[in-house]
Amino acid sequence: MSDIFSLEHADEKLKVLDAFIKEQNAEEEALISILHKAQELFGYLPSELQLYVSRKLNIPAAKVYGVVSFYSYFSQEKRGKYTINVCMGTACFVKGVEKVMHEFSDQLGVKPGGSTSDGLFTLKDVRCIGACGLAPVVMINDKVFGHVTTHDVARLISDYRAQEGSDS
Amino acid sequence: MTTQRTHIMVCGGTGCVSADSLEIVEKFKGALSDAGYSDEVGVIKTGCFGFCGQGPIVKIHPDNVFYVKVSPDDVAEIVGEHIIKGRTVQRLLYQEPETQKKLPKHDEMSFYKKQYRIALRNCGLINPEDINEYIAFNGYEALGKALTEYTPDKVIEIMKASGLRGRGGGGFSTGLKWELTRKTVSDQKYVICNADEGDPGAFMDRSILEGDPHSVLEAMALAGYAIGAQEGIIYIRAEYPLAIKRLEVAIAQAREYGLLGKQIFETNFSFDIKIKLGAGAFVCGEETALIHSVEGNRGEPTKKPPYPAVEGYNRKPTVVNNVETLANVAPIILKGAEWFSSIGTEKSKGTKVFALAGKVNNVGLVEVPMGTTLREIIYDIGGGIIGGKKFKAVQTGGPSGGVITTLDLDTPIDYESLRAIGSMMGSGGMIVMDEDDCMVNIAKFYLEFTQDESCGKCTPCRLGTKRMFEILDKITKGEGTMDDITKLRTLGKTVKESALCGLGQTAPNPILSTLEYFYDEYLAHIQDKRCPAGACKALAKYKIIEEKCIGCTACARVCPVSCISGAPKQKHVIDEEKCIACGACYTACKFQAVLRP
Amino acid sequence: MAVKTLEELKRIREEQIRKVKLRESGESDDQTIEILVGMATCGIAAGSREVLNEFVALITQNGIEHIKVVQVGCMGYCHSEPTVQVNMPGHEPTIYGNVDKAFVSDILEKHIKDGQILDDHVLIKTYHSAL
Repeated sequence: MSDIFSLEHADEKLKVLDAFIKEQNAEEEALISILHKAQELFGYLPSELQLYVSRKLNIPAAKVYGVVSFYSYFSQEKRGKYTINVCMGTACFVKGVEKVMHEFSDQLGVKPGGSTSDGLFTLKDVRCIGACGLAPVVMINDKVFGHVTTHDVARLISDYRAQEGSDS
Repeated sequence: MTTQRTHIMVCGGTGCVSADSLEIVEKFKGALSDAGYSDEVGVIKTGCFGFCGQGPIVKIHPDNVFYVKVSPDDVAEIVGEHIIKGRTVQRLLYQEPETQKKLPKHDEMSFYKKQYRIALRNCGLINPEDINEYIAFNGYEALGKALTEYTPDKVIEIMKASGLRGRGGGGFSTGLKWELTRKTVSDQKYVICNADEGDPGAFMDRSILEGDPHSVLEAMALAGYAIGAQEGIIYIRAEYPLAIKRLEVAIAQAREYGLLGKQIFETNFSFDIKIKLGAGAFVCGEETALIHSVEGNRGEPTKKPPYPAVEGYNRKPTVVNNVETLANVAPIILKGAEWFSSIGTEKSKGTKVFALAGKVNNVGLVEVPMGTTLREIIYDIGGGIIGGKKFKAVQTGGPSGGVITTLDLDTPIDYESLRAIGSMMGSGGMIVMDEDDCMVNIAKFYLEFTQDESCGKCTPCRLGTKRMFEILDKITKGEGTMDDITKLRTLGKTVKESALCGLGQTAPNPILSTLEYFYDEYLAHIQDKRCPAGACKALAKYKIIEEKCIGCTACARVCPVSCISGAPKQKHVIDEEKCIACGACYTACKFQAVLRP
Repeated sequence: MAVKTLEELKRIREEQIRKVKLRESGESDDQTIEILVGMATCGIAAGSREVLNEFVALITQNGIEHIKVVQVGCMGYCHSEPTVQVNMPGHEPTIYGNVDKAFVSDILEKHIKDGQILDDHVLIKTYHSAL
């Protein structure tokens, strides 16, 4: 077992999650909404958190795992503070997003799906985020960047690193 | 404020600029100043009118007269006749090809009739977070009219007569879907809005939800009234946070106004709507899979029948409509079936929104009547191909569709015609591709998508898409054999016929369609080990043309793997073994001496 | 406030239509100028939020009256985001593309104050929202 429940504020987060679960009427049907909430609170869905949800809802853990593993939005791995989502939609593909992905991968030293060792960045490919007019598109957490070229990659990474430096 | 009685608008779009429109602007300014009209008449360079085929375009305001193919030599005549004497220059008017009629007013021209906004009617016009603005543009009037004046049967009758068909791709009659759901006897029924826009390259649903959320809510209430449901669910992708927020605001406002909730318009009809988030699975666009996902399960499809109209959400009759379909409903109820069915082709009525993207100048959302041709969309509205490159194909229908080539550019688009040429309407993504795009690589891109998104429930799709992807991958690496083409064809046919749901049944389309229209590109990859478009990295080999090389060393200096040899002022050579085909030398060479593979 | 009858709905519409008819016909009862900023995902990503904030800041700062800034959805001109539509009473709406913070003050100073159309950024100038 990893120690997600011993993290800072874990108790408060669990309380928020419990309250949310209580609000849902048909509990089994609300599984996906509850998992969304849990991921929003904890950042990812490790197996002990899945088990926690399954016990709360009184449904088999296998079912929870089945749902978590089915949907690409749910992550079972701890993610970096900033998730770099590189859009792999058709419009971005045609506009050469593959090169941008390679550049991110090279500069961060991780493969798509991986996270940097400092826990700052996770590199991910996503299906179309619907901003095709700006292709190629990269979304870092909730912020969308359009017309990204390989030349922009270093600047984006260093901007976020600098932000981190000034935060701490 | 200065007041100018007339504005001369000269198109400053790329197409017109290349056809001397800037010179025309200068000439106008000169001619006006000579005539002493500079203060009264302004010359304005506008953005693209989108009518590039007839450029340069000049439009006179407020007379609303539209001149086409204007040359700098025509300026004097326009100023002398039109501006000073107030007489239209007939010679320069647009002549409609079919009728040979000269049309002075631009809104009479077929081109400007080309875009016609029904689903997008309020997008960009109203504040989506203010219900009052929606009401100002006739919002909720259709609901009020239906509840107080029409029976549910009458609503269904109007929908059927309008000819509206599902805009999510399938093209099933919306009225008929509602009727089937109405006919099923049950104590509880549901309306689900499918906002799980999964086609990579389509974004019209997001735009409608972000720009005009109330139009979807109103239509869902109308559907609820028609089929006898009291509950509506919007199933939306979690990747669309802004659309979700706008929907939440809209639902709260509609409840506050009593337009959702109990006894709407003081009738016995009650209806409310909740939002359910998807979690990223393309297959959830399929209605049975979507329903399972709403129920909190893995989004796997089930066999039809039973159709959702009979047994859907919570095993109750359910109607599932896509966002764009719903956005058409209120105008149909207000303006009538006849109005709607007067637009479009014989079997496909109304308009369709296309998300125009890829290698086209004016990327954007366009809404055109059914029956508009691809050429009109790509060249007249889209402004042609970026950088004046050669058009190769347009992909419609996303991972379920196929490619359309120059051969079919003039085919009027509707559900049937697209299917006949091996593609499909899909949700309306339209990706334009030019000479630099490799068709084998595009097919591989889509198969990589479908094999990844395949839910794994049925074998033909789970294994079939994977194997097809592997074969395509092999071909793009130059390891393919002629036998692979036969395999792709048989496998494609098998998957098409035997997969459980729409995702699998349509997954081979990108392969079958590129095989049909771009067979020679497959051959080049397999027999010549060459990628004609230069997109497949493994096959790309760059060469230096000896006659053109002057030995400037520019290429050798940028080569990241130092595979270019040659002394200054001597011919350079690329070591093909070491070359990683990055293309840096091609870009660096100022003498076009590097030959792209 | 609940809307109970179709008549009540129509009454709200009559009230509201005065506020928005500028967008359709160029008429306005109280001569208010409207600035519509496209605020869909694409627009925001291209910087429309900064543009909207800049409008509000400059309008407040300069005490410009009879003007309001409205956020709207996607206008469809994805190739030229952020897009801004200026509606002045008695004039056809003008849609500007590729608007940035610096251009905002130009719109306020030159277009709104002096009635000068800023050619370089004009996308289209018409009542026909389709184009």
